[in-house]
Amino acid sequence: MLAKRIIPCLDVRDGKVVKGVNFQGVRDVGDPVECAAEYTRQRADEIVFYDITASYEGRGVFLDVVRKTAKKVFVPLTVGGGIKTVDDIRETLRAGADKVSVNSQAVKNPRLIKEGADIFGSQCICVGIDAKKIGENKWTVYINGGRVDMGLDLIDWVHQIEQLGAGEICLNSIDADGTKEGFDIPMLKAVCDNCNIPVIASGGAGKINDFAEVFEKTGATAALAASLFHFRELTVGDVKEYCRNRGVIVR
Amino acid sequence: MIAIIDYGAGNIFSLKNALDFLELPCELVSDEKSIRSADALILPGVGAFPAAMEMLRSRGLVDVIRDEAAKKPFLGICLGMQLLFDKSYEFGECDGLGLISGEVRKMDAPGLIIPHMGWNKLEKLNDCPLLENIGMEEYVYFVHSYKAHCGDENIAAFCEYGGRVPALVYDGKTVFGAQFHPEKSGETGLKILSSFGGLIW
Repeated sequence: MLAKRIIPCLDVRDGKVVKGVNFQGVRDVGDPVECAAEYTRQRADEIVFYDITASYEGRGVFLDVVRKTAKKVFVPLTVGGGIKTVDDIRETLRAGADKVSVNSQAVKNPRLIKEGADIFGSQCICVGIDAKKIGENKWTVYINGGRVDMGLDLIDWVHQIEQLGAGEICLNSIDADGTKEGFDIPMLKAVCDNCNIPVIASGGAGKINDFAEVFEKTGATAALAASLFHFRELTVGDVKEYCRNRGVIVR
Repeated sequence: MIAIIDYGAGNIFSLKNALDFLELPCELVSDEKSIRSADALILPGVGAFPAAMEMLRSRGLVDVIRDEAAKKPFLGICLGMQLLFDKSYEFGECDGLGLISGEVRKMDAPGLIIPHMGWNKLEKLNDCPLLENIGMEEYVYFVHSYKAHCGDENIAAFCEYGGRVPALVYDGKTVFGAQFHPEKSGETGLKILSSFGGLIW
């Protein structure tokens, strides 16, 4: 049986790990290569690096971090942030990433999903979505780190993403993100029920029970968290042991 | 020296990183002479079956791979494993390398999420030198949408995903194929690659 994946995410700026709480008060807490290796020791199923570097020079430093990580971390590595073109995807995969995550740029230019999937294979194109509730069972898609409402219906976008050949969706709830009150179960359920590709749950994890709950109540095949793991409130190992005891299959 | 066949399809860097980490001498090669002189061969690959076969064909590598696979340890990974079979039905019928008899078809079961992406448990079926150090509860990382259909005698290990999925195939002699990515399967994957290296050193 396929195991549910637990995925720690590291936000990286200028080659260093940071984590913004609600995108504010970013603080510097370490070397991404070391953090990724530590997560692997905790049996993380994948590692996500999210590049929040703004400058061109910073991008080079970031790709160097990816390169160094790929030499000592032998679980899948996904890289998101700043990917705008097919050339960016190529450069990121060549640095050692196994998948790229595209978010705002995919909304602005959905062809990027199709071109990426056609050239590099669906398996390496993950589409990140930031969405917010606007009514009963209705959500819209935001871009630019959750700042701009595109007025695009979430479920319509999910259908489009699947059609374009994405291999996976990472669904982040803007309402749940940073609250630590659990994943956005209704939104995840709606998306999982409307697509046939893997969905990673993101945003809202605060307690160990949240992970078991998202797997019990939705079709999500993976759950992602950042600060929770980064500040060692929980380890990946703790989460897995708890899930296993609740009857969720984990590695 | 292990030759990683670089024919334009696939993330060969991860594989090279894993072999380097294990200190197994390896090189990326794309010419007949290097393939013939290598001690062992790895055929990686991601993407579509017909495109990959065409890339092997246009580089004139099909016959040399068929010859050499019978003479020295040969490991196909992911799409490289699927290429070992007689044919695939990805985007129409397409002939493969024919090193192990069987076919490759789209995975299909009601409600099955495709691709099969993530860690799944290896269930051993037949003896295989690559599984000697692998226990009963070991998981490896898969990402694929098509799977092999072949005889049980060629299945060293399978996993369950909408039915039985051949995970590691073996011709009983020199040809091995891993549907999963050993280079991305943590300690378990490294043990499998190390056992492959052990076939020559």
